[in-house]
Amino acid sequence: MTSQPIFAGIDVGASRTKVAILDAEKNLIGHAVEKSGTDFSATAKACLKISLEMAKAEEKDIIRAISTGYGRKNVSFITQETKTEISCHGKGCYSYFPKAITIIDIGGQDNKIIKLDEEGNRSGFKMNRKCAAGTGAFLEEMAPRLDIPLEEMNALAGQSEDMVRLGSFCTVFSATEVLENIRNGKKVPDIVKGLFFSVIQRVLEMDSLSENVVMTGGVVAHNPLLVKMTEEIIERNILVPEYPQLTGAIGAAIYAM
Amino acid sequence: MAEEKKPVRKKIKATGEMQRIMADYFYEMDDAAKTGKKKIAWCTSVGPAELLRAMGLLVHFPENHGAMLGATRMSTDYIPVANAAGYSPDICSYLTADVGAYMKGVTPLSKAYKGIESVPKPDVLVYNTNQCRDVQDWFMWYAKEFNVPCIGIHTHRGVGDVKESHITSVAKQMEALVEPLEEISGTKFDMDALRHTVSLSRECSDLWKEVLDTASAVPSPLTFFDGTIHMGPAVVLRGTQQPVDYYKLLLAELQERIKNKDGAVEDERFRLYWDGMPVWGRLSNHSKLFSELRTNVLASTYCNSWIFTAFDADDPFNSMAKAYTELFIVRSDEAKEKYIKNMMDFFKVDGIIYHDAKTCPNNSNCRYGMPQRLEKVTGLPSLTINGDLNDMRLVSDEQTKTNVEAFIEQLEEKK
Repeated sequence: MTSQPIFAGIDVGASRTKVAILDAEKNLIGHAVEKSGTDFSATAKACLKISLEMAKAEEKDIIRAISTGYGRKNVSFITQETKTEISCHGKGCYSYFPKAITIIDIGGQDNKIIKLDEEGNRSGFKMNRKCAAGTGAFLEEMAPRLDIPLEEMNALAGQSEDMVRLGSFCTVFSATEVLENIRNGKKVPDIVKGLFFSVIQRVLEMDSLSENVVMTGGVVAHNPLLVKMTEEIIERNILVPEYPQLTGAIGAAIYAM
Repeated sequence: MAEEKKPVRKKIKATGEMQRIMADYFYEMDDAAKTGKKKIAWCTSVGPAELLRAMGLLVHFPENHGAMLGATRMSTDYIPVANAAGYSPDICSYLTADVGAYMKGVTPLSKAYKGIESVPKPDVLVYNTNQCRDVQDWFMWYAKEFNVPCIGIHTHRGVGDVKESHITSVAKQMEALVEPLEEISGTKFDMDALRHTVSLSRECSDLWKEVLDTASAVPSPLTFFDGTIHMGPAVVLRGTQQPVDYYKLLLAELQERIKNKDGAVEDERFRLYWDGMPVWGRLSNHSKLFSELRTNVLASTYCNSWIFTAFDADDPFNSMAKAYTELFIVRSDEAKEKYIKNMMDFFKVDGIIYHDAKTCPNNSNCRYGMPQRLEKVTGLPSLTINGDLNDMRLVSDEQTKTNVEAFIEQLEEKK
């Protein structure tokens, strides 16, 4: 075990818990992602353990830890210092792309659009409204309807030749539309791509975008096709950090420095 | 956002006196309803209360009752009753809560005031559509239920500059109410009685404005959440002496706070403006949320909507028409933007929160690009919270909390 000062960011999301360990030079030396489940504290502990092992460090080496995300107040075993995921995603993304950016974060339960200026200061942000349409929860709801595993959606959407267009804002109404398309003999890949398109539409409706767009979040991490499709719609390249699911945790760890 | 010390909102001492005059108001009306001693009019919150009082009528305000249903967190239990009776979950949740509670024979008045079993039965219902069209539908439902007349005023909407033609039109409609009101009340109209109630309303309005204006002091002695409670007398008792006396007392207390630099929120760091309806079922939660972030939401369009500087006892009908048409809610977006900008300047705020109330499109001012336009003009950031005034099925506490905390973090970065 090396004994070096480290900084921990713990992002307890509605769907997944993410931990990032940074060394004093902001290098990511340990990380983990686990399903949040029902015991946020236990999951965060497990993630921290994995991350520390990966970093070849111990808990006592942590100089400071900051938590973020939906369950940010549930990890008092390690820290009581919290920051919202809005700030942490901003901080995390800016460390990868230090310029004026608009961040699109598609998470398990909510979407965010965060705007940063050239200095990394936030000029505004939007979160999705009460509805889950356009979030990871939407895809999680739809996968069993189509009788496919969530993790196969990206590959299936890639096989689409004639994307189905879904019109509804509402997850439940969209499910009805999906059933209607199944009944009409539409192919599963075409429906899945339609679902991806629907997610993108819901997100792009939230706010305008600046020139440089960054996409993050678990949905983006597991479905790179979503980024490609968004690029086609907005007609420019999108920046994606090395670990799109970890930007919140990385941002929290940077705040801890 | 960890705060070791949790600042709290300071209590206003005059509250006890306000509760006393509000209790007197409700008991007097309950007595009249039970004994028939006096006739009762139901009136919309910004309806012609001065005229009704001048005719000797006692006045019940269903919107105030709706807010009580919300603040006591009873509303969400009764909204579905009205929904099932054909009143959509998408329309005014004051209406649906109030009608639903009535259908179930329930009122928050019974909990607050021992001996009051129901809302006072009306002899007449008088509306002004300056708030919205829903008030008319709401009152029509009760007119049928109680088999009493429902009369009202139709106000112009989207008004830019208030012109003579607007005033004349509304004043004529007000004058036309006199004849049916004479018949219902059994009282002959007396212009001097109207001058008197208009004069008292003006005095109440001027004092209420002074009360709200104290929030421009740094630190502010008042919060928006205090305002939503202490506006009660200005809403239900304007045109009488009681609110005049009460606001003198409240004003003195707030001026004393200013003198002592005694802020309503301890160690006030940020000052915010609130546009739109309060979330009645979350008043205390929201107050606590902001106080703990050492942020004072100190001024609002909502509380300032009971300021009627046009009232003039020398010209009662025209001045009432002017006052009730000058209202923010009646105006064009251009006029509203100018108003909010002036308020943000006057109260020296760091940002603005818009409440997008699902069932209150008329008082959700963030739906046509206003936040973006005002941000450009003021350079101050805004946050929109999705929720509702009374239907807590439309509120996500976690979303609100994250949004508010993130907004304050944004303000911190800027400082």
